[in-house]
Amino acid sequence: MSKSLGEILVSVRNMEVTFGSRRNRFVAVKGVSFDIYKGETFGLVGESGSGKTTIGRAIIRINPMSHGEVIYKGQRISGKISKELDKKVTQQIQMIFQDPMASLNERAKVDYIVSEGLINVRPDLKKQERSEMVTKALLEVGLLPEFASRFPHEFSGGQRQRIGIARSLIMEPEFIIADEPISALDVSIRAQVLNLLSRLQKERGLTYLFIAHDLSVMRFICDRIAVIHKGVIVELSETEKLFEHPLHPYTRALLSAIPLPDPDSEKRKILEIYDPTQHHYETDKPIWTEIESGHFVMGNREELEQYRVRLEA
Amino acid sequence: MCEMKKDVILRVRDLVVKFNLRGQVLTAIRGISMDLHKGENLAVVGESGSGKSVFCKTFMGLLDNNGWVDSGSIEYGGQDLAAFQKEREWIHIRGKKIAMVFQDPMTSLNPLKPVGKQIQEAFTLHNKVGAAEAKKRTLELLADVGIPEPERRYKQYPHEFSGGMRQRVVIAIAMACVPEILICDEPTTALDVTIQAQILELLKALQRKYGLTIIYITHDLGVVANVADRIAVMYAGDIVEIGTCDEVFYDSRHPYTWALLSSLPQLGVKGEELYSIQGTPPNLFHEIHGDAFAPRNPRALKVDFVARPPYFEVSPTHKARTWLLDPRSPGVEPPEHIKNIRNIRNLKKEDAVNEQITR
Repeated sequence: MSKSLGEILVSVRNMEVTFGSRRNRFVAVKGVSFDIYKGETFGLVGESGSGKTTIGRAIIRINPMSHGEVIYKGQRISGKISKELDKKVTQQIQMIFQDPMASLNERAKVDYIVSEGLINVRPDLKKQERSEMVTKALLEVGLLPEFASRFPHEFSGGQRQRIGIARSLIMEPEFIIADEPISALDVSIRAQVLNLLSRLQKERGLTYLFIAHDLSVMRFICDRIAVIHKGVIVELSETEKLFEHPLHPYTRALLSAIPLPDPDSEKRKILEIYDPTQHHYETDKPIWTEIESGHFVMGNREELEQYRVRLEA
Repeated sequence: MCEMKKDVILRVRDLVVKFNLRGQVLTAIRGISMDLHKGENLAVVGESGSGKSVFCKTFMGLLDNNGWVDSGSIEYGGQDLAAFQKEREWIHIRGKKIAMVFQDPMTSLNPLKPVGKQIQEAFTLHNKVGAAEAKKRTLELLADVGIPEPERRYKQYPHEFSGGMRQRVVIAIAMACVPEILICDEPTTALDVTIQAQILELLKALQRKYGLTIIYITHDLGVVANVADRIAVMYAGDIVEIGTCDEVFYDSRHPYTWALLSSLPQLGVKGEELYSIQGTPPNLFHEIHGDAFAPRNPRALKVDFVARPPYFEVSPTHKARTWLLDPRSPGVEPPEHIKNIRNIRNLKKEDAVNEQITR
């Protein structure tokens, strides 16, 4: 991995997302900060309930943040923003959802599903122009233009996910948040959708935030990965570095649990179980530290010392 | 697992299952013959729609109302399960001798009933016992499946359990009567990786304790590699290849198995296209001629479109339905990258060595 990092596209600063009312508050994301560089695929991995989806949804402004800010191309896009900027962000940041069975409007034809965003953002377009764009978007994701007049229920899971991708592409976005885009799909279809996503990235210079729980897929697609546990990012690094030297015990537990399609190594697999009580954070608070270039980890002084020893060995 | 000849616990012969969908007849299972050995872990893998769930549901008489066993037999315990007509006949088998763990623990539990009652229900249905006895057994079961504080948990409702714990409850229900055969339909798909590994460990422990025979239905080859003794690869309602775990992973012979293994992201090289299977599975409303996978197989032989291949034996435990194994075929080599499966392991080995040093 020697891709130069370059320009920062999205910067998340101290993001905190809270659900519930004051008496029954639940902090889903606790002060998360990270940068996403232009043209990269940034992975966010964690178990269910860790807040990874919430982060994605907060960036695209579906969930309001209770603290912190999101900077997109040097401009703050969280909180109150001007109408112009709002329109720009709506067009440039798009999302692909997890379950293609649930994320498409069952009562609308593909034509409408794909062009809905355009109707809002580009009301100046004529009907003719719009349907041309739909055709183009469908072809681009490997679907036939005549599918435009059909309903979602006529398609398989893989095709539906392609419709979901087409509807975000038609907006000509620069940044796509893909929330578990392949976890609801079959093995053979997964490969097709992953190929499609990486082809589009190459052709259009897209930047992805890839949210998933399956590290084996992320190793294949992501440039950098952040591991999140209970609303806190515990480790962030370039993909290969993370796989070579996982430092935080939670990352190690996740990595040890990856199912490998190889009977021999599965039989020799040793599971590491993460016990959050193993940290002694009462007196010595953990700090977010860059332990080697581009490799960040959460730990207190004692742990960081151990991590350094492990890295040097 | 081929050191000794195992007893056959369930014998399937020429099973054909059909469904009636809006007046059209669909053939979901096209003549499967298979033996299930006592105490083994058999994994049934395939894409969705390959018929893997339907196949296993016939063992418990759980086909939907519009489906039926058209011909063939399922021998179990001296009876032919395929010939059962009435629900009454199933009562002694379903849940008692053959039980099932369903995919999604969120939907397979009753949200309005305490979990203890739900487990107990499965137990008292098949055994005439008093309430105290049944409760005692339920608490034992809860402990068995690794749920801490069974006394307290007994009274709780499904929403008070996490996904992993809920799946443990589902397993406890299936285990209530200590069945001989346990069918696990995608037991870990809905769970997190870390929890997934724990559930698989639990199933293995239960198997050792009770001498279960387990059938895993899954499309996750990682899970398969972990648990299976034998693997049956299904495509379009037929088992196209069956063999021991090592044979199928390291020495597969059917082009479909190759395709399935090749499309694993773990084998991908970053920046390169992942292998993906072209086309779509065949339409099961029509009769299939020749090898069902031929239209999607870029290297299909002419004969593949004409005649259905028989099983060719590779070893006593390994057979595949492909003309490639016929002595007259030109003999196609498996794709290069499948051999990388060994490399995944080698990579891991290096990791393990590194770990030793660092510790």
